[in-house]
Amino acid sequence: MREMIKMVVIITILCAFSGGLLAAVRNGTKDKIEYQQLKFVKGPAIREILKGSSNDPIVDRFKLKVDDAEKSFFVGIFDGNADTVAFENFGKGFGGDIGVMLGVNVKNDKIVAVGVTTHSETPGVGSKAKTDLKFAAQFAGLLLNEDFKVKTDGGQVDAISGATVSSRGVCMAVSEAGKIYKQLKPRLINKLSEFNK
Amino acid sequence: MAKSITQEFVKGLWDEIPPFRLVLGLCPVLAVTTTVENGLGMGLATTFVLVCSNMLVSLLRDIIPSKVRIACFIVIIATFVTVVELLMQAFTYPLFLKLGIFIPLIVVNCIVLGRSEAFAFKNPVMPSLADGLGIGIGFTLSLAALGAVREILGSGTFFNISLFGPSFQPFSLMVEAPGAFICLGLMLCIMNLVGNK
Repeated sequence: MREMIKMVVIITILCAFSGGLLAAVRNGTKDKIEYQQLKFVKGPAIREILKGSSNDPIVDRFKLKVDDAEKSFFVGIFDGNADTVAFENFGKGFGGDIGVMLGVNVKNDKIVAVGVTTHSETPGVGSKAKTDLKFAAQFAGLLLNEDFKVKTDGGQVDAISGATVSSRGVCMAVSEAGKIYKQLKPRLINKLSEFNK
Repeated sequence: MAKSITQEFVKGLWDEIPPFRLVLGLCPVLAVTTTVENGLGMGLATTFVLVCSNMLVSLLRDIIPSKVRIACFIVIIATFVTVVELLMQAFTYPLFLKLGIFIPLIVVNCIVLGRSEAFAFKNPVMPSLADGLGIGIGFTLSLAALGAVREILGSGTFFNISLFGPSFQPFSLMVEAPGAFICLGLMLCIMNLVGNK
């Protein structure tokens, strides 16, 4: 019995110590890991969308609360004006969530560019949402509002042939982003003014 | 008779060099050594885990009841592996992406558990440290050597620097899994040839 108790106590202490150490390391590296992940996973999409900005959008980022969840916003400075912001939103695709990064100009509410970041769509069909740049280019220059639809649903977006569900997913993500944008616009403008020097 | 600390260190570099002499922990050896960089990264990560876990196991060898020693070893090793994983995410994210699943799999690497069980649990701290460091460096060197051969033959590069110019026809078998086996076998053969003289 004594031996049993000893074993339990020692393993418990060991595990507690291990947990403590891991929590400390995790806390210490959290910000750094977040930056690295943004830089290497979402970085290419962000840079593509905010092409020509004079700053590093991954450094100039801020967070706002949207419906209890935090969302990261990336600032693009063009000609000295911090007037463009990029953020990611998700829509339901054929194989799961489709991540869509989009940039919007807060002065005229127009979409700067759209790019698919993560998806699990059928390779060669739905995956064209990411690789076929013509599809995403349709969104550029349009006003960011809440009703983006593919043409078969009576909307304005040409779906990728054979991948209506994926195309709908992207439209849904952009429409949702429009909702978030409408809700947050005053705060976004407020935040962006901090980056104007 | 107890060997000196230097001897414990040196044996890991030739006499008991993994994976050639011990032929243990082959899974990461075969899987990640497609380039020198990957091999070196994997080796260093394993070395860190090996040194830390050897030290801790040796320190706690009188406290850990031998009936539950394996469970304790796993907790200790898993803790350090997670520390390495977090640190790699924070500082060498591209390498972390390339090594992927093989970093968490260091937990079940036979070398690490083997050294804890066969050496650190029975020896004082200093020899255990030397043993861990020696075996770790030996492992790193082996991985780097294997990676170098496979990278030079299979892609014609060394540390991603092109060696032979554009006319080089890569021997692509070497960067695939069978190439790893062939390469490991040949290197083992050469080592035995040299060692038997």
